[in-house]
Amino acid sequence: MKEQAIQWHGEGYTRVPFDIYGDGATARQEQERVFRGATWNYLCLEAELPDAGSYRTTFVGETPVIVVKDADGEIYAFENRCAHRGALIALEKCGKADTFQCVYHAWSYNRQGDLVGVAFEKGVKGKGGMPASFCKEDHGPRKLRIAVYCGLVFGSFSDDVPSIEEYLGDEICARIARVLNKPVEVIGRFTQALPNNWKLYIENVKDSYHASLLHLFFTTFELNRLSQKGGVIVDGSGGHHVSYSMIDKSAADASYQEQGLRSDNDKYRLKDTTVLEGFPEFDDGITLQILSVFPGFVLQQIQNCLAVRQVLPKGADRSELNWTYLGYVGDTPDQRTVRLKQLNLVGPAGFISMEDGAVGGFVQRGIAGAQGLQAVVEMGGGDTCSAEGRAVENSVRGFWKAYRAHMEA
Amino acid sequence: MIDLLQLSAFNAAYAQAIDSDALETWPSFFVEDCKYRITNVENERDGLPAGIVYADSRAMLEDRIAALREANIYERQRYRHLLGMPLVEEAGDASAVARTPFLVARIMATGETLLFASGEYRDRFVKREGKLLLAERVAVCDSTVTDTLLALPL
Repeated sequence: MKEQAIQWHGEGYTRVPFDIYGDGATARQEQERVFRGATWNYLCLEAELPDAGSYRTTFVGETPVIVVKDADGEIYAFENRCAHRGALIALEKCGKADTFQCVYHAWSYNRQGDLVGVAFEKGVKGKGGMPASFCKEDHGPRKLRIAVYCGLVFGSFSDDVPSIEEYLGDEICARIARVLNKPVEVIGRFTQALPNNWKLYIENVKDSYHASLLHLFFTTFELNRLSQKGGVIVDGSGGHHVSYSMIDKSAADASYQEQGLRSDNDKYRLKDTTVLEGFPEFDDGITLQILSVFPGFVLQQIQNCLAVRQVLPKGADRSELNWTYLGYVGDTPDQRTVRLKQLNLVGPAGFISMEDGAVGGFVQRGIAGAQGLQAVVEMGGGDTCSAEGRAVENSVRGFWKAYRAHMEA
Repeated sequence: MIDLLQLSAFNAAYAQAIDSDALETWPSFFVEDCKYRITNVENERDGLPAGIVYADSRAMLEDRIAALREANIYERQRYRHLLGMPLVEEAGDASAVARTPFLVARIMATGETLLFASGEYRDRFVKREGKLLLAERVAVCDSTVTDTLLALPL
C-alpha cells in the first residue's frame, strides 16, 4: 500500500469517501498513479491526423501532450514541455508541422519528440554555448507509447501497461468495433467546463441508474426505460463499461406510474419529432450504447448520434469535458442531417445531457462539509460484474475497483 | 427597405424576450421554416456543421422551450444580453443579412453573475406580412467552452 491521503471504509466498493472529490493530495497522486500510470488515455482520433505533420495538442490528466503523425505514417506523442525551461512547445490546438520549436529559446524537436536543435549550442563567436559534454539525446520531453484501436488514438506514459486489446478486453473491444466499424469524420467540437472533480462525471457516465430519473426527456420518448431490454457490461478490471438498451415497444411499462416518479409525463409531446427521427444503422437493434474506458474516455451511440468524450481533470474541483461529434465518411446528406438534429440530445445544451453538466457540481457543493463521510453505492448489491437491467451501480463500483487498484488504495 | 433601426429594435425585443423569461415568445421571432444554431468560431472556421443547439423549424424552438419548462433540470438562472450595433451586409425591402455582436451575462439563483458567452449572431432576416422575422440565426460563440451547461437560448 502506498501512502494515501484518503481512508476507505466499508465492505468492497459500496462506500466512497467524499474527500476523494476535493482533496489536493489525492489529485496530485492521481496524476502519477492513474493518468501517468499503467493506463491508456484517449488522445484524439486517427481521422484528426490525416497527413504527415498533422498534430493536435491535448492532455493526459493535466499533463500537456502533443500527438503527431510522422512521415513514416506512424503516430507519436510526447509531453508538450520543452526540455530546457519547461515551456509549452506547441501552443495551438492543432496544425501541421515539420518540426516543433519552443518559442522561448528556440530549442527544436522532431515529430517523434527528439531534441534536435539547441539555439547557439556552440555559443556565439566562440563564447558561451552548451558544454561539450551536453548530449541532446539525453534531453527531451517524456514520450508516450501509442496504441490505435478502431481509429481511436490512445497514449500511455507507462512501460507496464498491456496492449490496448488486452487492456480493453474482448467485450469492450467488440463494443467499440460495433460503432467504429467504418471511417468517421469530425462534424463538430465543443468543450464543457464542469464545476466538479473529474471522477464525478465519470461516475455519472457509468451510472445507468440515474439516466431515466434525472433525464425526463429520454424517458418520455421511450429511449431509456428501466424495463427496456438492456444491461451493463463491466470488464474484469472494473474500469471499463458499456451500458446499452434496446427498445422493446411491445413491453408495457408501468414501473414509473407505480412509483409515482417525477419522470413520467404523458402530456409532454414534441411538436417536431424529426429531432428524434433516425434510420436503421446497427443490425443488432441496440439504440443506445454508452461505453467508457478507464480513466476518462467515453464513446457514445444514441440512435444515430455518435460522439466521443474526453474527461480531463483541471485541479481537484474542476474538470473539462471535450465533445467530438462524429459522422461516417460515407454519410448521405440526409443521414448527416439526422445526426446533426439528434445531436440536440447531447452536449452542453443536450436534452438528455445538460443535467449531467450540473449534477456533478451539485455533489461538489453538497459535500463541502462532509469530511469523513461517504457516498452509498449499493444498488444491485456489491458486485462489480456485468448485470441485466439498469437499476444497478455495478459499473460505478467497478470504477472504484480499478481506481483503487491503480492508486494502490 | 429594412434599415439599421428596424434591425436594432428587433434585436432589442429579442433580447428582452429571453432576459425577461418570456421564453414562450422567443420562437415567434423566427419564420416557421427557420434555422437556428449555436456553435463556436473554431467549428465555423473549420466548416464543421454541428451545433450545441441545431434547429431547422420553429416547432423545434417551441419544443426546446417546452423541454426547458417541463423536462430539463437546471438551476434557476437568467441572462442579460448586451447586443451591439448590427453590421448590415445586405438590405432590401423583403430581406436583410446582418451580423450583430453579443455579450451574455448569466445570473445564477445563488446571485453570481458571470460573462457566459460572447460572440456574433449571423442573421438572415425576412419580412413576412410586414413583420420582420429571422429566417436564420447562427450564434457563433467566441469561446469553445461552455460553463456547466447551456439551458436558455442565446
